[in-house]
Amino acid sequence: MLEIRWHSRAGQGAVTGAKGLADVVSTTGKHVQAFAFYGSAKRGAAMTAYNRVDDQVIMNHEKFMAPDYVLVIDPALVYVADFTAFEKPDTVYIITTHLSTEELIASQPKLEGKKVYTVDCIKISQETIGKAIPNTPMLGALMKVSGMYEMDFFKENMIRVLKKLPQKIIDANMIAIQRAYDEVK
Amino acid sequence: MADTMELRDIEVWDGNMAASQALRQVQVDVVAAYPITPSTPIVENYANFEANGYVDGEFVMVESEHAAMSGCIGASAAGGRVATATSSQGFALMVETLYSASGMRLPIILNVVNRALGAPLNVNGDHSDMYLGRDSGWIQLNAYNPQHAYDLNFIAFKVAEDHDVRLPAMVHQDGFMTSHTAQGVHTMTDEQGFNFVGEFQPMNDMLDLDHPVTHGVQTEEDWHFEHKARQQHALMTVALPKIQEAFDAFETLTGRRYNLVETHQMDDAEMAVICMGTSVETAMEVVNELRAQGVKAGVVGIRVFRPWPLEQLAEVLKNVKAIGALDRSSPHGTVGMLYNEIAGTLFNTDAKPVLTNYIYGLGGRDLTKAHLVGIFNDLKANMDAGKPTTALQQYIGLRGPKLSFF
Repeated sequence: MLEIRWHSRAGQGAVTGAKGLADVVSTTGKHVQAFAFYGSAKRGAAMTAYNRVDDQVIMNHEKFMAPDYVLVIDPALVYVADFTAFEKPDTVYIITTHLSTEELIASQPKLEGKKVYTVDCIKISQETIGKAIPNTPMLGALMKVSGMYEMDFFKENMIRVLKKLPQKIIDANMIAIQRAYDEVK
Repeated sequence: MADTMELRDIEVWDGNMAASQALRQVQVDVVAAYPITPSTPIVENYANFEANGYVDGEFVMVESEHAAMSGCIGASAAGGRVATATSSQGFALMVETLYSASGMRLPIILNVVNRALGAPLNVNGDHSDMYLGRDSGWIQLNAYNPQHAYDLNFIAFKVAEDHDVRLPAMVHQDGFMTSHTAQGVHTMTDEQGFNFVGEFQPMNDMLDLDHPVTHGVQTEEDWHFEHKARQQHALMTVALPKIQEAFDAFETLTGRRYNLVETHQMDDAEMAVICMGTSVETAMEVVNELRAQGVKAGVVGIRVFRPWPLEQLAEVLKNVKAIGALDRSSPHGTVGMLYNEIAGTLFNTDAKPVLTNYIYGLGGRDLTKAHLVGIFNDLKANMDAGKPTTALQQYIGLRGPKLSFF
């Protein structure tokens, strides 16, 4: 079982990102689950979203998760959210920030000794999509770090997932995904 | 003629989308709705399908849930295939009209996305609203995941609209844990889905002007009792066999098997938990892990909550030595509903298991696998002692000091 936890602010697209990822993974025959903690969250409130992936049917509906990957798509959440909760020794962190990985770890000592990758999904989405919607670039970064799927396969499926959006926005998302894939360190 | 929607064999849908796709595929004629979290997307999606030509129907916006169910009652009495969705406070506001729908024998389908009842206000999933509906005369089917939310809607229409049944039915799913959790859902084609339920066959419909009828009349002590008795008779003697028939036909069509009472590892189980909704599946996973350690544990899931499958449950539980009844609703002043129902189910049988009650998950509080392991540890101690080693009713996952009663 592969388990992923997203840290986001309501409105940044973590739920869409988690569901999009589930959709792509499902096409490969694996079983998926994507869910989130909402509460009555207002736009901008810190929130979490979750993915489970397994070869077996996923029966577990507990919200509790010791994640293999933690994806943080808002830069400030590493200072205010409990993003290391229930971490495992080999949990991998992919964090949106304008800082370098070294600068980030220096500013947040909880990350010392951890597997940490950084990418500026906010900047990438602003420059490509035109809005700070860092969800799809984070998926590009996840593809690079996890080696889960080939980029062509992933992008092809994301085009299907995003098909209801205008073509211009879909194209911008593909550029964002590719940039994050290339830029994550 | 509605447009056909091409679906993949497996779609990644949450429970809400799964339910609304079923409403589209059976081509519901009228949805009267007053949306409420977490069931909102069900009627929102239906409205979207309707506006885009994927369903030949009417979406009626009303001013409250009371009006929503009233609109459904009117449309159903007029002779249409009718459905809506609600949750929590909205369900509570519908209660008066729920009794009207069942008393008038109208086959309306209500998707209830289970949510806590305030105060305090809470949008998350528990079973308070589902429990509130249990005396209303509706058939109540219980989904544990988005696939079930999809499948059970087809079952619900097929059973409710059967002229021998003519009772409304609810399809329950857990708020957020099912309604907003995306999982793979095996789909039927539009043609398969529609044909499973078939064209709506009205009965005593008010728009059949050649055969005038009246609905919802007044009866006092002269006939009221007889009407209620006939309703109970249909629910008690006709509904369960018809549900079983629908389950069988559905399995033939899709290969997916549903049972009045769902069991997991119960053949040789010495102890079992009984629960509803997503908890059933989490408990199944825990039982698989306990089995690997040689613990003879099992799970019983309530699939048909009303009518209560008393005989089937008694059969499933006859050899079990310890039972934990898990209620996701505050019983406010007594033991949990499942404790009482199971006690009533087994009292006149030879089975005398130790029965205890757990209240859990109120307002969406997580039921973890660790909680379930703890419950099975209790059950093991009860089984070994041959009597309760804990209080009869315990609260699981609650902050602060341990809370228990009786």
